[in-house]
Amino acid sequence: MQDDQLDKIFKALSDSTRRRIIDRLSKQPAQSLFEVCAASVAEDGIALSRQTVSQHLAVLEKANLVEIIWKGRTKTHSLNITEGHIEAATWLMKYKQNGEEE
Amino acid sequence: MKIYLTHVFVDDQDKAEKFYTDILGFTVKNNVPLGEHRWLTVVSNEAPEGTELLLEPSDHPAVKPYKEALVSDGIPAHSFQVEDLHAERKKLGDLGVNFTVEPMDAGPVRMAIFDDTCGNLIQLIQMMDVTK
Repeated sequence: MQDDQLDKIFKALSDSTRRRIIDRLSKQPAQSLFEVCAASVAEDGIALSRQTVSQHLAVLEKANLVEIIWKGRTKTHSLNITEGHIEAATWLMKYKQNGEEE
Repeated sequence: MKIYLTHVFVDDQDKAEKFYTDILGFTVKNNVPLGEHRWLTVVSNEAPEGTELLLEPSDHPAVKPYKEALVSDGIPAHSFQVEDLHAERKKLGDLGVNFTVEPMDAGPVRMAIFDDTCGNLIQLIQMMDVTK
C-alpha cells in the first residue's frame, strides 16, 4: 500500500468526531448531511455545524472510507470499507509477526 | 409584532395547491391573482387564524440553485408540527407521499422528512415529553 493512501486513511481516523460518524454510518447507511448532523445532536448531544460535518465527510471521502450515493436529488453517505482499508489496519501487524517487511 | 406569514418556494403553484390541501390537509386562505402567478396562502385547520404559508413561485433566478443545494444536503425547507408522527407518516404514506427520512429521534423531538413534489423537503416534528 502506498504511503499517501495510508496517510489519508490514518488522517481520516485520527479524529474522534470522524470515528463517531463512521460508527453511525455503519448502523445506518445512506445518510444526508442533514441526517448526520441530526444524529449527532440526538445521539451525542453535540450540535456540530453543517460546515464542520461537511468537512469531516470530505476527509472521509478522500480516504475512500465514505461512498457517495445520490438518492434522487439528495447526496447520501455510506460507509465503504475496502481491501485497502483492511490492509491499512493490518499495517501494524506485520511488525508483530517476526518483524517481516511487506 | 407577530409573524403572520412564512413561505415555501414551489415549482408549480397549481400542483402545490393540490399537494398542500388535498394531501397535507391545509386550507387555502388567500388566493389573489397577481400577474402570471397568485398570492396563494394556506393555513392549518388546527389554526385557521394562525400563520399563513405562502406558496411562492420559484422563478427568481436565485431560487433554483438555493432549493437544489438544500435538497442535495437533505435540508428541509420547512417544518410542520404534528401530534402523532407515527400516524401522520402512515396516513401520508398511504396517500403516496415519499418519505426521505423515516421517523427518527432527534433530541427532544421525533422527526421525519418527506418530498413535497414541488422541489422541497419538508420536515415533520412531534414534540416529545422529555419529563417522561
